Amino acid sequence: MKTTRRTLIAALGTLLLKPLAAFAAWNEQAFGAKTAADALKTLGASSPAASKDIVIEAPQIAENGAVVPIEVSSNIPGTSSIAVLIEKNPFPLAGRFEFKDGALPYVKLNVKMGETSDVRVIATAGGKHFAASREIKVTIGGCGG
Amino acid sequence: MAAGPMKMRATIAGGNIDVRVLMTHPMTTAQSGQPLHFIQNVVVKQNGKTVIEAEISQAVSRNPVFTFRLKGGAKGDKIEVSWVDNKGDSNKIESAVA
Repeated sequence: MKTTRRTLIAALGTLLLKPLAAFAAWNEQAFGAKTAADALKTLGASSPAASKDIVIEAPQIAENGAVVPIEVSSNIPGTSSIAVLIEKNPFPLAGRFEFKDGALPYVKLNVKMGETSDVRVIATAGGKHFAASREIKVTIGGCGG
Repeated sequence: MAAGPMKMRATIAGGNIDVRVLMTHPMTTAQSGQPLHFIQNVVVKQNGKTVIEAEISQAVSRNPVFTFRLKGGAKGDKIEVSWVDNKGDSNKIESAVA
């Protein structure tokens, strides 16, 4: 291929875009939502159906709100994503995990909790949304970290 | 505290691959009075193929530790985990399943 100004500009553009394209965008709107309901609306999951096939493993009482371990898995066939929301945090949406072929719909993470709150987990399977929640009591809030 | 090194261990457990990864990162919130600085994107790859894509918020604890599970893997599979934060800093780690 002959190097013309046009191909050079195109090549340069590809180079500049590449680091960005390597990662999915960050959903500023959903993460910036101040209520769980607003966050869910932004994610297109306004009225999820309650499901017993979402398993949330977490302590009933977290002494330190700065590090609350939460383990989530979905037994709903075809689960493609899991979102974790902490209802009473200033910004409830804590994370959203997309599972492709080869990954199990499972994640364990540590989160900060400002106060005692329901933790709501939304699993998406075949375009449908399912929810489960669990209350975690927090003795010392952990949003200052 | 600045963002620092990562640690990862990928092992076969019950026919699946357990990936446990630690990221050294301050994960500061707006409430802390410090500049907002947190990881936003995490990507897990198995033998070069993306298997998990995550978006996370400042509500994830300092020095995040995640456990992920992959199915149908084998010893020696190459697992790569990378992250990008809200300032554009990034890091990654790769290791073989033991």
